[in-house]
Amino acid sequence: MGAIGVIALNAFRESLRDKILYNLVLFAGLLIGLSVLLADLSITEHHKVIVDMGLAAINLIGVIIAIFVGISLVNKEIERRTIYTIMARPISRASFIMGKYLGLALTLFVNMAIMWAVFLLTLWLYHVSIQPSIFQAVALIFVEILVVTAIALFFSTFTSTTLSAIFTLGLYVIGHLTADLRAMVANSDSGPIKSLVDLLYYLCPNLEMLNIKGQAAVGVVAAPEYVMLASLYGVMYAGVLLISACVVFQQRDF
Amino acid sequence: MDDIVTDNLTKSYASGWPGRPPFVALDGLSLTVRRGEIFGFLGPNGAGKTTTLKILLGLVRATSGQAYLLGQPAGDVAARRRIGFLPESPYFYDYLTAEEFLGFYGQLAGLARSAITQRVTDLLGLVGLTDARTRQLRKFSKGMLQRVGLAQALIHDPELIILDEPMTGLDPVGRKQVRDLILNLRDRGKTVFFSTHILHDVEMICDRVGIVMKGRLVASGRVDELVRQDHTQSVEVVCQQLKVEENAFIHSLATRVLQQGQQCLIVLPSPDAVDALVGEIRRQGGRLLSVTPHKASLEDLFFQEATQRTSPSLPHVTSGRAS
Repeated sequence: MGAIGVIALNAFRESLRDKILYNLVLFAGLLIGLSVLLADLSITEHHKVIVDMGLAAINLIGVIIAIFVGISLVNKEIERRTIYTIMARPISRASFIMGKYLGLALTLFVNMAIMWAVFLLTLWLYHVSIQPSIFQAVALIFVEILVVTAIALFFSTFTSTTLSAIFTLGLYVIGHLTADLRAMVANSDSGPIKSLVDLLYYLCPNLEMLNIKGQAAVGVVAAPEYVMLASLYGVMYAGVLLISACVVFQQRDF
Repeated sequence: MDDIVTDNLTKSYASGWPGRPPFVALDGLSLTVRRGEIFGFLGPNGAGKTTTLKILLGLVRATSGQAYLLGQPAGDVAARRRIGFLPESPYFYDYLTAEEFLGFYGQLAGLARSAITQRVTDLLGLVGLTDARTRQLRKFSKGMLQRVGLAQALIHDPELIILDEPMTGLDPVGRKQVRDLILNLRDRGKTVFFSTHILHDVEMICDRVGIVMKGRLVASGRVDELVRQDHTQSVEVVCQQLKVEENAFIHSLATRVLQQGQQCLIVLPSPDAVDALVGEIRRQGGRLLSVTPHKASLEDLFFQEATQRTSPSLPHVTSGRAS
């Protein structure tokens, strides 16, 4: 196994032993509890609410783990000085970054797989038909989480944990608003404002592109080309961030 | 053949404030460590020892100057394959057991799984942690962490072992174990380069030492040579039946005179005055009991250098003593 694999598996083992997967208990409780509650309150859109709730919960918990584990991936190694013995080994700094990223991605994948299973179980219990759109939505949620993890990791290579959290959260929120902002200023007469919003639109991740939860809740299946294109966009954006993280990390003194 | 070579190594850190001069951690440090020797890298806190080690390992980039390990530029991945490193006060992945921890570093070093199993068993035995094999590191004492840290530095049987303050946090038994381990490594042809401020350990095991003060190498060489270079050896003379209080001649020779009942201790600053003092004792009818030359220790040399560096009125000692 190469150095990247060794570091990735160790990062995965760390998240298991730090009991990060305990959040799944919270997720299951939240999902089933709220579904029961909403099933009682809702009269007409009972099924839609359950699908909406489930996808939102998977998304939220995935993003929270991606941000709060991602921002400490590198910083924790430096603060605790574990990085010294790792970097004294015959591995490149880029391998370290990639290993840490893949380790967290593996954790998130396992997390999502279990949450997905709980979600399907809930749908089955409430006799909600399982549409292909739900699979599409979950796939794009995972892509979004990969992007958010890359953002968190990128910031953690050069700023403190607190600042990384603020920047990542900020970019996550902006990433969901840029398309709306662009539409809002489309008719504006102010050239500078339009340019600024255009810059934000192209620079920040367009996370809204990866959000098809609303469609999935009503059973509208997205075009496979769209899902492919959106996934490609997300993976490429994460790739650019990872390369940037490696470049920044290469210059760091420990 | 030299395993470590640094040439005019300098590292400075920006102060972060405009107009303020940068902090110079290393100031033209040049040293060599020969293959198969134990080299002690001495210096007070903040002298630049850890910075030097970090540059050698590629953790920090030098502002200027060159550093080579095993013939490769410092930080080179190929060189790191042949190096073992233990940082100061190590903190490791505490969720791992001792065997998982060593296995992880063995994998990073590129060892085969079968070789790792054998090495882990051997090394845990060597550092006395066989019983703690399946215990998580978070349950280890500081001394145990230091020992398992040493084991990880040796997992791939490196040619050059770099240790940052390896005796810190160890009790006397643990320190002796580490000393024996270092000597054992030298006997097997390994080169050991370690930083420390525990001078006693250095005197006992090092072939050569380097003393770094304020980022500069101020002395380097064999311990006995360095100590011999120092001309402040004192001599203690003990005699009896001699009244020294009113003897101005003896007081003029001695740096310290102590009368205790019949016996009298006279400390001379150098051996040069011994003949004159012995003659005076005989003239005064005293009885000479002993003459003991006090050999200057590495500690004396260390403090002398440290005092010179901290006293602003004294100039720097020339680096001609460094090699």
